[in-house]
Amino acid sequence: MNAASLQSFLAMGGYAMYVWPAYGVFFIVLLIDWLAPQFRRRRVLRELHARMTRQDARKNRQSTPSPLRGEGWGEGPRLP
Amino acid sequence: MANWIPLWLHKLSSPPMFYRFAGALRPWAIALALVLGLVALYGGLVLAPSDYQQGDDYRIIFIHVPSAWMSLFIYGVMGIAAFIALVWRIKLAEVVAMASAPIGAAFTFITLVTGSLWGVRMWGTWWTWDARLTSELVLLFLYLGVIALYHSFEDRRQGARTAAFLALIGVVNVPIVHFSVNWWNTLHQGSTIKLLGPSTIAPSMVWPLLTMMIATKLYYIASLCGRARTDLLAWESGKDWVRQIAENEVRG
Repeated sequence: MNAASLQSFLAMGGYAMYVWPAYGVFFIVLLIDWLAPQFRRRRVLRELHARMTRQDARKNRQSTPSPLRGEGWGEGPRLP
Repeated sequence: MANWIPLWLHKLSSPPMFYRFAGALRPWAIALALVLGLVALYGGLVLAPSDYQQGDDYRIIFIHVPSAWMSLFIYGVMGIAAFIALVWRIKLAEVVAMASAPIGAAFTFITLVTGSLWGVRMWGTWWTWDARLTSELVLLFLYLGVIALYHSFEDRRQGARTAAFLALIGVVNVPIVHFSVNWWNTLHQGSTIKLLGPSTIAPSMVWPLLTMMIATKLYYIASLCGRARTDLLAWESGKDWVRQIAENEVRG
Protein backbone atom coordinates (compact mmCIF):
# COMPACT_ATOMS: atom_id res chain seq x y z
CA MET A 1 0.00 0.00 0.00
CA ASN A 2 1.57 3.31 -1.03
CA ALA A 3 1.18 6.70 0.65
CA ALA A 4 -1.58 7.96 -1.67
CA SER A 5 -3.76 4.91 -1.27
CA LEU A 6 -3.20 4.95 2.49
CA GLN A 7 -4.29 8.56 2.53
CA SER A 8 -7.44 7.81 0.58
CA PHE A 9 -8.09 4.85 2.89
CA LEU A 10 -7.83 7.11 5.93
CA ALA A 11 -10.05 9.72 4.27
CA MET A 12 -12.89 7.15 3.93
CA GLY A 13 -14.34 9.02 0.98
CA GLY A 14 -14.90 12.12 3.11
CA TYR A 15 -16.58 10.21 5.94
CA ALA A 16 -13.45 9.84 8.10
CA MET A 17 -15.07 12.06 10.76
CA TYR A 18 -17.81 9.47 11.25
CA VAL A 19 -16.28 6.12 10.37
CA TRP A 20 -13.14 6.29 12.53
CA PRO A 21 -14.80 7.56 15.72
CA ALA A 22 -17.34 4.73 15.36
CA TYR A 23 -14.53 2.18 15.19
CA GLY A 24 -12.75 3.99 18.04
CA VAL A 25 -15.80 3.72 20.30
CA PHE A 26 -16.13 0.03 19.42
CA PHE A 27 -12.57 -0.78 20.45
CA ILE A 28 -12.34 1.51 23.49
CA VAL A 29 -15.60 0.29 25.02
CA LEU A 30 -14.67 -3.36 24.49
CA LEU A 31 -11.18 -2.75 25.88
CA ILE A 32 -12.66 -1.26 29.05
CA ASP A 33 -15.06 -4.21 29.25
CA TRP A 34 -12.09 -6.54 28.96
CA LEU A 35 -9.82 -4.86 31.50
CA ALA A 36 -12.32 -3.95 34.23
CA PRO A 37 -12.95 -7.50 35.52
CA GLN A 38 -9.24 -8.26 35.43
CA PHE A 39 -8.44 -5.37 37.77
CA ARG A 40 -11.36 -6.35 39.97
CA ARG A 41 -10.14 -9.94 40.09
CA ARG A 42 -6.73 -8.81 41.30
CA ARG A 43 -8.33 -6.59 43.94
CA VAL A 44 -10.62 -9.39 45.17
CA LEU A 45 -7.69 -11.79 45.54
CA ARG A 46 -5.50 -9.20 47.29
CA GLU A 47 -8.26 -8.36 49.77
CA LEU A 48 -8.94 -12.02 50.45
CA HIS A 49 -5.24 -12.66 50.98
CA ALA A 50 -5.00 -9.77 53.42
CA ARG A 51 -8.02 -11.10 55.31
CA MET A 52 -6.48 -14.58 55.46
CA THR A 53 -3.22 -13.16 56.79
CA ARG A 54 -5.10 -11.27 59.51
CA GLN A 55 -7.05 -14.39 60.44
CA ASP A 56 -3.87 -16.45 60.65
CA ALA A 57 -2.25 -13.83 62.87
CA ARG A 58 -5.24 -13.83 65.18
CA LYS A 59 -5.19 -17.60 65.38
CA ASN A 60 -1.49 -17.57 66.28
CA ARG A 61 -2.11 -15.04 69.03
CA GLN A 62 -4.90 -17.16 70.43
CA SER A 63 -2.89 -20.36 70.51
CA THR A 64 -0.27 -18.71 72.75
CA PRO A 65 -2.57 -17.09 75.31
CA SER A 66 -1.25 -14.24 77.35
CA PRO A 67 -2.30 -14.26 81.01
CA LEU A 68 -1.27 -10.62 81.30
CA ARG A 69 -3.93 -9.45 78.84
CA GLY A 70 -6.32 -12.03 80.11
CA GLU A 71 -7.41 -13.09 76.68
CA GLY A 72 -7.48 -16.20 74.65
CA TRP A 73 -7.94 -18.70 77.43
CA GLY A 74 -11.42 -19.61 76.43
CA GLU A 75 -10.95 -19.94 72.71
CA GLY A 76 -7.70 -21.82 72.15
CA PRO A 77 -7.53 -25.29 70.61
CA ARG A 78 -9.31 -27.75 72.80
CA LEU A 79 -7.37 -30.58 74.34
CA PRO A 80 -8.75 -34.02 73.65
CA MET B 1 -30.46 -42.04 26.38
CA ALA B 2 -27.11 -40.39 26.78
CA ASN B 3 -26.96 -39.33 30.38
CA TRP B 4 -23.37 -38.16 30.39
CA ILE B 5 -24.55 -34.75 29.13
CA PRO B 6 -26.67 -33.85 32.18
CA LEU B 7 -23.97 -35.40 34.33
CA TRP B 8 -21.29 -33.25 32.71
CA LEU B 9 -23.49 -30.15 33.01
CA HIS B 10 -24.10 -30.90 36.65
CA LYS B 11 -20.37 -31.17 37.31
CA LEU B 12 -19.67 -28.02 35.31
CA SER B 13 -22.15 -26.03 37.36
CA SER B 14 -20.03 -26.46 40.47
CA PRO B 15 -18.11 -23.19 40.95
CA PRO B 16 -14.52 -24.55 41.14
CA MET B 17 -15.11 -26.71 38.05
CA PHE B 18 -16.56 -23.85 36.09
CA TYR B 19 -13.76 -21.58 37.25
CA ARG B 20 -11.19 -23.95 35.75
CA PHE B 21 -13.23 -24.61 32.61
CA ALA B 22 -13.72 -20.88 31.96
CA GLY B 23 -10.02 -20.27 32.58
CA ALA B 24 -9.12 -22.82 29.92
CA LEU B 25 -11.71 -21.58 27.42
CA ARG B 26 -11.04 -17.85 27.74
CA PRO B 27 -7.63 -17.52 26.00
CA TRP B 28 -8.81 -19.59 23.00
CA ALA B 29 -12.02 -17.61 22.63
CA ILE B 30 -10.30 -14.22 22.77
CA ALA B 31 -7.50 -15.30 20.40
CA LEU B 32 -9.98 -16.58 17.83
CA ALA B 33 -12.12 -13.46 18.30
CA LEU B 34 -9.13 -11.21 17.60
CA VAL B 35 -8.06 -13.15 14.50
CA LEU B 36 -11.58 -13.25 13.04
CA GLY B 37 -12.14 -9.62 14.01
CA LEU B 38 -9.02 -8.52 12.13
CA VAL B 39 -10.00 -10.58 9.08
CA ALA B 40 -13.48 -9.04 9.18
CA LEU B 41 -12.03 -5.53 9.50
CA TYR B 42 -9.76 -6.09 6.52
CA GLY B 43 -12.68 -7.43 4.52
CA GLY B 44 -14.97 -4.62 5.59
CA LEU B 45 -12.66 -1.63 5.47
CA VAL B 46 -10.35 -2.58 2.58
CA LEU B 47 -11.77 -5.31 0.35
CA ALA B 48 -15.47 -4.45 0.31
CA PRO B 49 -16.39 -1.81 -2.29
CA SER B 50 -17.98 1.53 -1.42
CA ASP B 51 -21.74 1.64 -1.37
CA TYR B 52 -23.21 3.27 -4.47
CA GLN B 53 -25.46 5.52 -2.38
CA GLN B 54 -23.70 5.90 0.96
CA GLY B 55 -20.07 5.95 -0.19
CA ASP B 56 -17.70 4.82 2.56
CA ASP B 57 -19.98 5.89 5.41
CA TYR B 58 -21.78 2.57 5.24
CA ARG B 59 -18.62 0.84 6.54
CA ILE B 60 -19.90 1.57 10.03
CA ILE B 61 -22.24 -1.36 9.33
CA PHE B 62 -19.45 -3.84 10.05
CA ILE B 63 -19.45 -2.92 13.73
CA HIS B 64 -22.92 -1.44 14.13
CA VAL B 65 -24.91 -4.48 13.00
CA PRO B 66 -22.84 -7.16 14.81
CA SER B 67 -23.03 -5.04 18.00
CA ALA B 68 -26.79 -4.71 17.61
CA TRP B 69 -27.12 -8.47 17.16
CA MET B 70 -25.00 -9.00 20.26
CA SER B 71 -27.08 -6.56 22.30
CA LEU B 72 -30.12 -8.77 21.66
CA PHE B 73 -28.30 -12.11 21.82
CA ILE B 74 -26.72 -11.31 25.19
CA TYR B 75 -30.09 -10.19 26.54
CA GLY B 76 -31.49 -13.55 25.44
CA VAL B 77 -28.71 -15.42 27.24
CA MET B 78 -29.18 -13.24 30.32
CA GLY B 79 -32.93 -13.92 30.26
CA ILE B 80 -32.45 -17.68 30.04
CA ALA B 81 -29.85 -17.62 32.82
CA ALA B 82 -32.15 -15.45 34.93
CA PHE B 83 -34.99 -17.92 34.41
CA ILE B 84 -32.80 -20.85 35.47
CA ALA B 85 -31.54 -18.86 38.45
CA LEU B 86 -35.06 -18.05 39.63
CA VAL B 87 -36.54 -21.50 39.07
CA TRP B 88 -33.71 -23.83 40.06
CA ARG B 89 -31.60 -21.47 42.17
CA ILE B 90 -28.37 -22.55 40.52
CA LYS B 91 -25.60 -20.24 41.64
CA LEU B 92 -23.74 -20.44 38.32
CA ALA B 93 -26.86 -19.25 36.47
CA GLU B 94 -27.00 -16.19 38.73
CA VAL B 95 -23.33 -15.50 38.01
CA VAL B 96 -23.80 -15.87 34.24
CA ALA B 97 -26.85 -13.59 34.23
CA MET B 98 -25.14 -10.87 36.26
CA ALA B 99 -21.85 -11.16 34.33
CA SER B 100 -23.71 -10.83 31.01
CA ALA B 101 -25.36 -7.53 31.89
CA PRO B 102 -22.30 -5.24 31.61
CA ILE B 103 -21.17 -6.88 28.35
CA GLY B 104 -24.65 -6.48 26.89
CA ALA B 105 -24.73 -2.86 28.06
CA ALA B 106 -21.35 -2.28 26.35
CA PHE B 107 -22.62 -3.66 23.03
CA THR B 108 -25.89 -1.72 23.29
CA PHE B 109 -23.95 1.47 23.95
CA ILE B 110 -21.72 0.79 20.93
CA THR B 111 -24.81 0.15 18.80
CA LEU B 112 -26.39 3.46 19.80
CA VAL B 113 -23.22 5.54 19.34
CA THR B 114 -22.18 3.99 16.02
CA GLY B 115 -25.76 4.25 14.80
CA SER B 116 -25.79 7.91 15.75
CA LEU B 117 -22.51 8.52 13.90
CA TRP B 118 -23.95 6.74 10.88
CA GLY B 119 -27.31 8.50 11.01
CA VAL B 120 -25.97 12.02 11.25
CA ARG B 121 -24.98 12.09 7.57
CA MET B 122 -27.44 9.57 6.13
CA TRP B 123 -30.55 10.83 7.94
CA GLY B 124 -29.27 14.28 8.82
CA THR B 125 -29.76 13.79 12.56
CA TRP B 126 -27.92 12.25 15.50
CA TRP B 127 -31.07 10.98 17.10
CA THR B 128 -34.75 10.54 16.39
CA TRP B 129 -37.50 8.95 18.47
CA ASP B 130 -38.12 6.21 16.00
CA ALA B 131 -39.31 2.77 17.14
CA ARG B 132 -36.02 0.98 16.52
CA LEU B 133 -33.86 3.60 18.19
CA THR B 134 -36.18 4.06 21.14
CA SER B 135 -36.54 0.34 21.84
CA GLU B 136 -32.75 -0.05 21.65
CA LEU B 137 -32.39 2.79 24.17
CA VAL B 138 -34.90 1.02 26.42
CA LEU B 139 -32.69 -2.07 26.10
CA LEU B 140 -29.72 -0.05 27.39
CA PHE B 141 -31.79 1.17 30.34
CA LEU B 142 -32.88 -2.40 31.10
CA TYR B 143 -29.25 -3.51 31.19
CA LEU B 144 -28.31 -0.56 33.42
CA GLY B 145 -31.32 -1.27 35.64
CA VAL B 146 -30.27 -4.90 36.09
CA ILE B 147 -26.71 -3.81 36.97
CA ALA B 148 -27.90 -1.14 39.41
CA LEU B 149 -30.42 -3.44 41.10
CA TYR B 150 -27.81 -6.16 41.49
CA HIS B 151 -25.39 -3.77 43.19
CA SER B 152 -27.97 -2.16 45.45
CA PHE B 153 -28.18 -5.21 47.75
CA GLU B 154 -25.71 -5.97 50.49
CA ASP B 155 -26.23 -9.69 49.93
CA ARG B 156 -25.00 -10.62 46.46
CA ARG B 157 -27.29 -13.57 45.91
CA GLN B 158 -30.36 -11.65 46.95
CA GLY B 159 -29.30 -8.84 44.60
CA ALA B 160 -28.74 -11.30 41.78
CA ARG B 161 -32.18 -12.86 42.23
CA THR B 162 -33.95 -9.52 42.33
CA ALA B 163 -32.06 -8.30 39.26
CA ALA B 164 -32.79 -11.60 37.51
CA PHE B 165 -36.48 -10.87 37.97
CA LEU B 166 -36.12 -7.51 36.23
CA ALA B 167 -34.05 -9.15 33.48
CA LEU B 168 -36.80 -11.70 32.93
CA ILE B 169 -39.52 -9.06 32.65
CA GLY B 170 -37.38 -7.07 30.21
CA VAL B 171 -37.18 -10.02 27.80
CA VAL B 172 -40.42 -8.70 26.31
CA ASN B 173 -38.38 -5.86 24.80
CA VAL B 174 -36.18 -8.18 22.71
CA PRO B 175 -38.80 -9.04 20.05
CA ILE B 176 -39.92 -5.41 20.10
CA VAL B 177 -36.42 -4.28 19.12
CA HIS B 178 -36.12 -6.99 16.51
CA PHE B 179 -39.50 -6.51 14.83
CA SER B 180 -39.78 -2.76 15.35
CA VAL B 181 -38.70 -2.11 11.75
CA ASN B 182 -41.56 -4.30 10.49
CA TRP B 183 -44.27 -3.32 12.96
CA TRP B 184 -43.84 0.41 12.68
CA ASN B 185 -42.95 2.74 9.89
CA THR B 186 -39.43 3.62 10.96
CA LEU B 187 -36.63 5.76 9.63
CA HIS B 188 -34.32 2.87 10.43
CA GLN B 189 -33.99 0.49 7.51
CA GLY B 190 -35.24 -3.10 7.65
CA SER B 191 -33.03 -6.16 7.85
CA THR B 192 -30.83 -6.83 4.84
CA ILE B 193 -29.62 -10.19 6.13
CA LYS B 194 -32.42 -12.67 6.34
CA LEU B 195 -32.46 -16.17 7.72
CA LEU B 196 -35.44 -17.00 5.51
CA GLY B 197 -35.19 -15.94 1.91
CA PRO B 198 -32.38 -14.23 0.04
CA SER B 199 -30.43 -11.39 1.65
CA THR B 200 -30.48 -8.01 -0.03
CA ILE B 201 -26.80 -7.19 0.32
CA ALA B 202 -23.77 -8.00 -1.85
CA PRO B 203 -21.70 -11.08 -0.91
CA SER B 204 -18.52 -8.96 -0.65
CA MET B 205 -20.23 -7.06 2.18
CA VAL B 206 -21.93 -10.08 3.76
CA TRP B 207 -18.89 -12.15 4.60
CA PRO B 208 -17.08 -9.47 6.67
CA LEU B 209 -20.37 -8.84 8.46
CA LEU B 210 -20.89 -12.51 9.32
CA THR B 211 -17.22 -12.93 10.27
CA MET B 212 -17.53 -9.98 12.63
CA MET B 213 -20.69 -11.51 14.05
CA ILE B 214 -18.77 -14.69 14.93
CA ALA B 215 -15.88 -12.60 16.32
CA THR B 216 -18.21 -10.65 18.62
CA LYS B 217 -19.87 -13.89 19.79
CA LEU B 218 -16.44 -15.29 20.67
CA TYR B 219 -15.54 -12.04 22.39
CA TYR B 220 -18.69 -12.37 24.48
CA ILE B 221 -17.74 -15.91 25.48
CA ALA B 222 -14.25 -14.77 26.47
CA SER B 223 -15.46 -11.71 28.38
CA LEU B 224 -18.19 -13.74 30.10
CA CYS B 225 -15.57 -16.28 31.22
CA GLY B 226 -13.42 -13.51 32.69
CA ARG B 227 -16.28 -11.81 34.47
CA ALA B 228 -17.80 -15.06 35.75
CA ARG B 229 -14.42 -16.13 37.13
CA THR B 230 -14.01 -12.85 38.98
CA ASP B 231 -17.57 -13.02 40.33
CA LEU B 232 -17.13 -16.61 41.49
CA LEU B 233 -14.00 -15.63 43.42
CA ALA B 234 -15.85 -12.77 45.09
CA TRP B 235 -18.98 -14.84 45.85
CA GLU B 236 -17.14 -17.84 47.20
CA SER B 237 -14.32 -15.99 48.94
CA GLY B 238 -14.82 -17.96 52.14
CA LYS B 239 -14.39 -21.34 50.44
CA ASP B 240 -11.22 -23.38 50.45
CA TRP B 241 -10.71 -23.48 46.69
CA VAL B 242 -10.76 -19.66 46.51
CA ARG B 243 -8.40 -19.35 49.48
CA GLN B 244 -6.00 -21.65 47.70
CA ILE B 245 -6.07 -19.45 44.59
CA ALA B 246 -5.51 -16.33 46.71
CA GLU B 247 -2.61 -18.09 48.44
CA ASN B 248 -0.96 -19.05 45.15
CA GLU B 249 -1.57 -15.93 43.10
CA VAL B 250 -0.95 -13.11 45.55
CA ARG B 251 2.31 -14.55 46.78
CA GLY B 252 3.53 -15.67 43.35
